[in-house]
Amino acid sequence: MSDDLINIKVNQKEIQVDKNLTVMQACEIAGEEIPRFCYHDKLSIAGNCRMCLVEIEKAPKLVSSCTMPLMEGMSIITNSEKVNAGRKGVMEFLLINHPLDCPICDQGGECDLQDQAMYYGFDKSRYKENKRAVDNKNMGPLVNTIMTRCIHCTRCVRFATEVAGVPELGMLGRGENAEITTYLEQSITSELSGNVIDLCPVGALTSKPYQFKARPWELKRTDSIDIFDSVGSNIRVDSRAEEILRVTPRTNEYINEEWISDKVRFNYDGYYQQRIDTPYIKENQKLSISNWEESLKVLKDKLKTLKPLALIGEHVDLETGYAIKKFMSNYGKDNVECRTDNHAILESLDSYRFNTPLNDIENSDLIILLGTNPKIETPIINHKIFKAYNNDSKVFNIGENISLNYKTEYLGESLSSLNNENLIKALKKSTNPLIIIGSAFLNKIKNIKTLKSIFSYADKYKVITKEKNNLNFLNPYASRVGQLIIGNTTNNLCEPFSNLKKDNFELVLSFGSEHIADEQFNNCFKVYFGHHGDDGAMGSDIVLPTPLYTEKNGTFVNIEGRPQEAKKCHNPIGSAKEEWSILKKLSDELSFDFIPNTFDQLRSELFDKHPILSDYHEIIAVENSTSITPDIEFEDCKAEYPVSNFYMSDVISKNSVTMAKCVDEIISTPSLLEKSA
Amino acid sequence: MSGNHPGLSNNFSRSGEKFSWSKDNLRSIKNIISKYPKGREQSAVMPLLYLAQEQNNNWISIECIETIAETLNMPKIRVTEVASFYSMYNTRPVGENLIQICRTSPCWLRGSNKITKTICKETRCEINDTSDDNKFTVVEVECLGACSNGPMIQINNDFFEDLDEESTKKIIDNIKEGKPNVIGSQKGRRSSENA
Repeated sequence: MSDDLINIKVNQKEIQVDKNLTVMQACEIAGEEIPRFCYHDKLSIAGNCRMCLVEIEKAPKLVSSCTMPLMEGMSIITNSEKVNAGRKGVMEFLLINHPLDCPICDQGGECDLQDQAMYYGFDKSRYKENKRAVDNKNMGPLVNTIMTRCIHCTRCVRFATEVAGVPELGMLGRGENAEITTYLEQSITSELSGNVIDLCPVGALTSKPYQFKARPWELKRTDSIDIFDSVGSNIRVDSRAEEILRVTPRTNEYINEEWISDKVRFNYDGYYQQRIDTPYIKENQKLSISNWEESLKVLKDKLKTLKPLALIGEHVDLETGYAIKKFMSNYGKDNVECRTDNHAILESLDSYRFNTPLNDIENSDLIILLGTNPKIETPIINHKIFKAYNNDSKVFNIGENISLNYKTEYLGESLSSLNNENLIKALKKSTNPLIIIGSAFLNKIKNIKTLKSIFSYADKYKVITKEKNNLNFLNPYASRVGQLIIGNTTNNLCEPFSNLKKDNFELVLSFGSEHIADEQFNNCFKVYFGHHGDDGAMGSDIVLPTPLYTEKNGTFVNIEGRPQEAKKCHNPIGSAKEEWSILKKLSDELSFDFIPNTFDQLRSELFDKHPILSDYHEIIAVENSTSITPDIEFEDCKAEYPVSNFYMSDVISKNSVTMAKCVDEIISTPSLLEKSA
Repeated sequence: MSGNHPGLSNNFSRSGEKFSWSKDNLRSIKNIISKYPKGREQSAVMPLLYLAQEQNNNWISIECIETIAETLNMPKIRVTEVASFYSMYNTRPVGENLIQICRTSPCWLRGSNKITKTICKETRCEINDTSDDNKFTVVEVECLGACSNGPMIQINNDFFEDLDEESTKKIIDNIKEGKPNVIGSQKGRRSSENA
């Protein structure tokens, strides 16, 4: 028997478990469900709800199982009369001050307290006194509070402090006067604040935009992927009829754990604003309503004579990307570009993806942020860095002196700050260093030698070894890694977008990329495939409506190189058609070679061509590339961050009313402190 | 203005004036923090709240909380939590003399009700009120630990024990007139020796 295992009994059943577990965890392994409110496996243990009482043989009283460590030979009883009576007593106390407003409570139907009261509650109250009432608190535009319902589990307080890294929530007062609040009732400033809604076991913290919208049993659940940053958080989209009513996380321990960012959780009202629902053609400098037949006829004629270029935007799925590549191959090579931000890469996959598995970030003891602001670009990755920071990892920052929710040591503006003495000293001591280089620098690199030097630097200081590759490339776009894997890019490693000028394209097809409006395409005929009316659509000659990611099936590869599927939730708005079917129609008329007739055929062809993509949820394995240059030389480039406003980083969130409120109340409004000063 | 006990409210307010530590307090803070192990400086939050309250006319303003949070390098909400938890940190301004009347059983058996009545009458304020001239704030509290000498009250930092209506009135009158008071037993008892 190993030293770490001990023998215990749960309801007379003998099991062997790790000695470092708590009684509650052991009971779960034994298959016994323990009711709880305050315990959450991602948060520290509080032990203040007392709902998880169990009986332990030879202990005089019931003990709270979430706080009780195991001991050899312990015999735990979870189903005795005594346990049941104890839990019933706790439940009665919890319900003393809990209002009976379940019929108007948004949590109704998915409420821990409601569920557990079915097992442990009494049918009537013995409490004759008045219930206490608590004033509602302001927590910002996203979290609605009805504080009378609060049972003081403090999950939200622990989440804000330990996970979100913004110690702004707390419990004031004591006893009957206890109240949960943010400091001076200011809005929570975290990008992960919406998660307190899922954590709250009662209806005290609920979603403001979803207030009084639906009951959980009315909703249709669709599994999807967060496409508003590159992490690929797993989400479930809840809809009724043809409308999405809310977005919540799906647990994926390898990626987002149980959290998602506020952007994907709350920007769904933007899905239905400013939508392009019908084809448009420009006549006399003005876009006017057209139909599919007419617009495709015009486009077909242009495609016969003009030299086309395809630009790929940030929300394009793999299947669409593959269809575009296939269509464009009829016009030769180097005419598809997804790196519209001049993202510099080397050929191999490990030069544009996040090479460290996201879960391993927390094991690093030294992190260098090179031109990236993970807090607003990828809040989930920021949370993982915060975890590493709490494990005593040092964080260095190069680029702009950004403010994060943990302490960083700022080294300087340019890449050459990598040669900082303090940093080198720390790197030499470090056992597991990690570098994250973000778009702010990657998009500015003009000389490929710089990129190769970063590899050499990483190699020199053991960031890359035989066993691991901790040199990570971070861009905030959901489509990027996947599109690069299937080769939707031109052969210029640096400044690919600026170099497009030289090729004299005459026709630009933009798939959701606003860069079609850039000056360099002024003399081209412009066709915009998109779902939202933005600058790209406004400046185009033909605008074709396409579905949003929730209106079609699609595969996205996340920043680690993990293909995942986003499923269709409802039919497209208006007469929008999927991009591949438009291209299919065009190629039929132009008698191009474009075989797939259905989406499934398209997908299986994609997987045949790129078998590495077919393994959903697994990280694509690659050999570490050997792009080592003997001398390390960094060019001088100024960091320019791709995301400046978390709540308004793409066309969908720009059209969301909720996101606009966040900008107003969280970013633009100076906090109460500054106001009075 | 009546309401709840000034130490048991969760609503903090601003004084409108900047709060910065006095020179003496800065010295004591250094001394206090040095008592805790390195990295555990935040444990000094309670003595610092006490110092701040002393310096800030006997109440904790938001400015005090912010200064303490800065001094100890901890989140403001954590300081607020502690200040709101303990009833001896006043969350709103109180009069020059904070009169705490013990009402727990031993004092109550010895007639604390009468003392309360006398004090309310003499200071012209209700329980939890501050008098119009801002001289007195009267609150009822639980046991202050001088049970053998009950009934007793605490005025700011001083205990007054073995009270009756007459001696209570005398104490209030002395404060009003600016005369010194005898601290401790009003019957000449030393410490808690047998009466």
